[in-house]
Amino acid sequence: MKISEIKSILNAELICGEEFIENEVHTACGSDMMSDVLAYVKEQAVLLSGLVNPQVVRTAEMMDMKCIVFVRGKQPDEDMIELAVERDIVLLGTKLEMFTSCGLLYKNGLKGGSGI
Amino acid sequence: MELLSLHYDVSGTDFTCAGEASSKIKRNLKELGFPTSVIRNVAIAVYEGEINLVIHGGGGVIDVEISPECISIVLADQGPGIPDVALAMQEGYSTAPDNVRQLGFGAGMGLPNIKKYTDEMIIESEVGKGTTIKLKVFVK
Repeated sequence: MKISEIKSILNAELICGEEFIENEVHTACGSDMMSDVLAYVKEQAVLLSGLVNPQVVRTAEMMDMKCIVFVRGKQPDEDMIELAVERDIVLLGTKLEMFTSCGLLYKNGLKGGSGI
Repeated sequence: MELLSLHYDVSGTDFTCAGEASSKIKRNLKELGFPTSVIRNVAIAVYEGEINLVIHGGGGVIDVEISPECISIVLADQGPGIPDVALAMQEGYSTAPDNVRQLGFGAGMGLPNIKKYTDEMIIESEVGKGTTIKLKVFVK
């Protein structure tokens, strides 16, 4: 699935990373707990989160993720956006809740990881 | 390639800057052409360690030595120390305060996760004096 399709499915706003929006991603995970993302996530390219602080972008960076979707209408601040731009990470924002966002993406073909 | 040494000071007060050292180490390894899996293992382990330095250690230092065969990392703080290292290594055990959990950390996965992503892990800790964690990731 292209990141642009994720944007469309979630009726999301593009916050930064327009040049990467046609890149393909195959897996995603959803969590507000960065500890768990670092511990359990494997090759997922998209992180859905309702948590808003710079460590969300840092976590995605360490995990080589390509895109972060902020759910529940959460908005990253300027510092977070700057960090994402520097790291070539696409930021999207949707008003949908976590469960609905994950469900819609899964239904449309984006997969989760292999688990623990 | 000669042995490359890197040193970083980690602030104990600014959570927003936590991860800067890990990010720089990751970029260094990438520029040096290490395999992606090695880079990610080091990045995750150092990042967890750096977060711990900020949350628990009151700041500290990170020293990295890079050779073609092995990446050695030492994270050291002069914080309160770990009274029971075996307990701290258990998944889910955490002493992190609520404000840290609200930031997405403190699930009790930090130390176990560092062990998972490294080939060698030695914890030296003394209550009231501080903690030093020595890590090695071999380039296979």
